[in-house]
Amino acid sequence: MNRDLRFTALKKTPFHSRTSLASRTNKYYNWNGFTVPTEYSTTELEYTAARNGTSVMDLTPMCKYMINGSDANKFVDYLVTRDLSQMEDNTVAYIIWCNEDGKVMDDGTIFKFSNTKFMLCCAVKIYNWLHDSAEGFDVSFEDATDTTAALAIQGPTSCSTLKNYGADDLELLKPFGMKQYNINGYDVLISRTGFTGDLGYELWTDPANAENMWDSIMEAGKELKIRPFGMHALEMTRIEAGFIQTNTDFMAAEDSLRPVRMRSPYEIGMGWLVHLNKESYFVGKRALKKEKETGNSERCLVGLDIDGDKPAVGSVIYNEKKEDIGIVTAAMWSPTMKRNVALASLKRPYGIKIKENIFAEIYHPEELEYKKIWAKCKVVKRQFFSPERRNKVPADLYE
Amino acid sequence: MAKNTHDVIVIGAGHNGLTAASYMAKAGLDVVVLEKNEWIGGAAVSRELYPGWKYSNCSYVCSLLRPEIMRDLELYKYGLQIIPYEGSATMMRNGDYYAHYHDHDMTINSIRRHSHKDAEAYERYSRDVLRQCKIIKPLLKMTPPDLTSFKPKDLFGALEFAKHFAAKDELGGLGEKEIYDTIRFYTMSIRDYLDEYFESDITKAHLAGSAIIGTALGPCSPGSAYVLLHHYMGEVDGSVGAWGYSRGGMGSITKAMTGCLNAHGGEVKPDNEVVNVITKNGRAIGVATKKGDEYYAKKIVSNLDVKRTFLKITEESSLPGEFVERVKNFKIRGSSGKLNIALDGLPEFPCIPEGDPGGGGDMHFTETIEEMEGAYDDWKRGEWSRNPYVDMCIPSKSDPTMAAPGKHYMSVFIQYVPFNLANGGWNEERKQEFGRHIVDCIAEFSPNFKDLINHYEVRTPLELDNEVGLTEGNIFQGELTMDQLMFNRPVPGYAQYRTPLKNMYMCSSSTHPGGGVMGAPGANAAREVLIDMNIPQTGNYY
Ligand SMILES: Cc1cc2nc3c(=O)[nH]c(=O)nc-3n(C[C@H](O)[C@H](O)[C@H](O)COP(=O)(O)OP(=O)(O)OC[C@H]3O[C@@H](n4cnc5c(N)ncnc54)[C@H](O)[C@@H]3O)c2cc1C
Repeated sequence: MNRDLRFTALKKTPFHSRTSLASRTNKYYNWNGFTVPTEYSTTELEYTAARNGTSVMDLTPMCKYMINGSDANKFVDYLVTRDLSQMEDNTVAYIIWCNEDGKVMDDGTIFKFSNTKFMLCCAVKIYNWLHDSAEGFDVSFEDATDTTAALAIQGPTSCSTLKNYGADDLELLKPFGMKQYNINGYDVLISRTGFTGDLGYELWTDPANAENMWDSIMEAGKELKIRPFGMHALEMTRIEAGFIQTNTDFMAAEDSLRPVRMRSPYEIGMGWLVHLNKESYFVGKRALKKEKETGNSERCLVGLDIDGDKPAVGSVIYNEKKEDIGIVTAAMWSPTMKRNVALASLKRPYGIKIKENIFAEIYHPEELEYKKIWAKCKVVKRQFFSPERRNKVPADLYE
Repeated sequence: MAKNTHDVIVIGAGHNGLTAASYMAKAGLDVVVLEKNEWIGGAAVSRELYPGWKYSNCSYVCSLLRPEIMRDLELYKYGLQIIPYEGSATMMRNGDYYAHYHDHDMTINSIRRHSHKDAEAYERYSRDVLRQCKIIKPLLKMTPPDLTSFKPKDLFGALEFAKHFAAKDELGGLGEKEIYDTIRFYTMSIRDYLDEYFESDITKAHLAGSAIIGTALGPCSPGSAYVLLHHYMGEVDGSVGAWGYSRGGMGSITKAMTGCLNAHGGEVKPDNEVVNVITKNGRAIGVATKKGDEYYAKKIVSNLDVKRTFLKITEESSLPGEFVERVKNFKIRGSSGKLNIALDGLPEFPCIPEGDPGGGGDMHFTETIEEMEGAYDDWKRGEWSRNPYVDMCIPSKSDPTMAAPGKHYMSVFIQYVPFNLANGGWNEERKQEFGRHIVDCIAEFSPNFKDLINHYEVRTPLELDNEVGLTEGNIFQGELTMDQLMFNRPVPGYAQYRTPLKNMYMCSSSTHPGGGVMGAPGANAAREVLIDMNIPQTGNYY
């Protein structure tokens, strides 16, 4: 009997037949309603692929929206805090957007095809928000999450891998550039973007092309140390790169039950994306201008370099008087840098004016007991790791 | 003749010399490193002897290098990346194989194919070895106490050392039994040790390998169990005992260290062999080079092994006779050789199923401890082993920078190879004969191996002595036996990196905690120099 299951279970991505075959551990998680692997073999080796060879990650569950219409350009500029008026066609920009109170809703990337066509990628669903904000603009939106298959191809050999796959001259593509290809009979958009802080690309295509694309890339990277890469490994690379994650490092404004949890861009290290001198109005501008003028931001998000080798996961941060001054939002031992690093949300002036005599209380599990470690921290640049190869043009090739 | 004055001269640009130099430069000293070869790195080097292929000419895998050193010297900034191993395997003549994996439970499943009991014994074994690793770890960074001295510092040091043996803080107070275990571990043979856990020959043979690499002991020799520990006490990111490749070969380590040294104003001068330590009234004040230059400094630190340092470049008359005697008696027997091979493609090893991660790291073909002991017997007679123990790996399977895509670099470490070859010693012809013999041994397990060979480099103990400057070709710069470890390394009374000559120090693998690409001797020696100069030490290591 063919049962028609009308309830909606977790969705499978168009790569599922391949990712599930590649999985040796059968560990999955729920990302935005899709089933995707947390780990294929061992996180350590998957992480290494991203710093040594080519790592492949199924990105399909990312929210993706097409923004079309004669006002698309104006609308996008209105939606986000960054000044996009000078953005060129076929480029990508990193952006954040706020609500009217100037509290961050999410971060993401915006792809510009032309003044009338954009694609927005982000973590938190905003189809509804886009419509609410669009009053008075000639724009339309299409949720392309289910209709666009996406792969992240990241790592030092990624350019060579993709050239073998058929992306000619890819090494000339600049960081945050994008280029339309036709490979194996399918349109594939390749952008030089990613979440690992290394050389890397993201590929966007029709779901019908997903399996062919996966297989062909795996073949293309065979001699280039290619490996599928799960969420745990991605988490490691993004911390090293100092990228923030919504609802991990800060609460999305629209998801925060407690208003005090909402953060302005200045409070999560994203002040550089707020262009108050942008000519036109943008959502949250008034509130942000006021915050900037009064300087009343309460928090900051900083990088910490922590003594010892025990990751400060979930640690509370203290000053030398043992007063609670913040919390670690993400922490790890970095295999590349051999440093114990963390991202932390601190109460100002800690992290901004006071950068010394800060301590993390680490609870390190040891055979059913905790070892309590009082570790000294240094406030450092959040971007812990940024190798030269990341932005090199032409990109490194392995031939 | 040029005269140069610096705060510190380091003799030798091996990884320990560079570690010491970098720490001292970071502390603000003006440091120059004089190296005999045209390249830097000593036994941690990557050279392209055949166009398009990079070899890790001597050491080939990394585990022991202390992460605190990598952190303090910011080696990632200067290009260092460690790539963990996926697994290891021993091939069997019946076509089967034995594999170890990155994942503990996969290893258990694999051992079970050979013995159900051994699979479970492995849990107990790994716990016990891990415990010993945890005990030894804090000792690596300590300057051993001088047991011949009655200075309060040394008495407290001895106490501190003893305390760590009892490993109070790490392991919640070890009982008498565990202390006995430690002493047993340090003195037993690996055969006896493994017999207490395992029944299957292949399990024992696979595990025993680490106990004989680089040593002139056989698996039945007392003390060989410690050598295994020495190979286990490293880590890759908290995974104790794990090994990895250094991206770009082991030379990336010394290249990165040089990067750090340069960033702090220090300099390495290759092609500057030191021929003499200049002394005045029992103090070392400078060095003279083969080129005829003289360098003067407040402190002189030698990265050469203890024999080279005191029997070759220091006037015997400036040293106490008893000390010289002890140095002469220091055991430093060479027992290893190596082949570095440029391959046109990936050799097939039919014993190991395609895609099995067990084939990703070290591969061997010694099936029993008796075979290993037989290989040792040949060495005792002054011959290379007819049926050698090999530790071979193909770094280019994991590292995309060693050879072009599809091409491969293979490293084959060979145990045992004598320094003094019987019947007339080494010459070019016998060296090549040795190389061909090893190629033949490998070809028994790989049908297409010989056809893929473009070039290979043959290394013998004699040649390691001449080129790398490792006396008798001993890879650890001195045997790792109890009589030459900790407060006895290199000789009693001089285990604190200082020497009978004032202002002269040792930082090489001949000192505590010994050989391997570890950096601890270098970092420890730098600390002692800084203490003597009243300069505060900073960093995660100290
Ligand atoms: C074949 C082989 C394989 C090995 N495999 C491994 C491995 O896989 N993993 C591991 O951890 N360890 C391995 N080891 C051991 C490890 O490489 C050594 O113990 C370690 O590198 C020694 O470092 P060092 O700095 O103490 O001395 P060295 O590296 O020996 O450095 C001494 C330096 O001094 C220079 N020198 C000598 N004489 C003079 C002079 N008169 N004037 C100026 N300079 C001079 C030498 O050229 C050299 O650069 C291996 C060693 C060998 C030989």
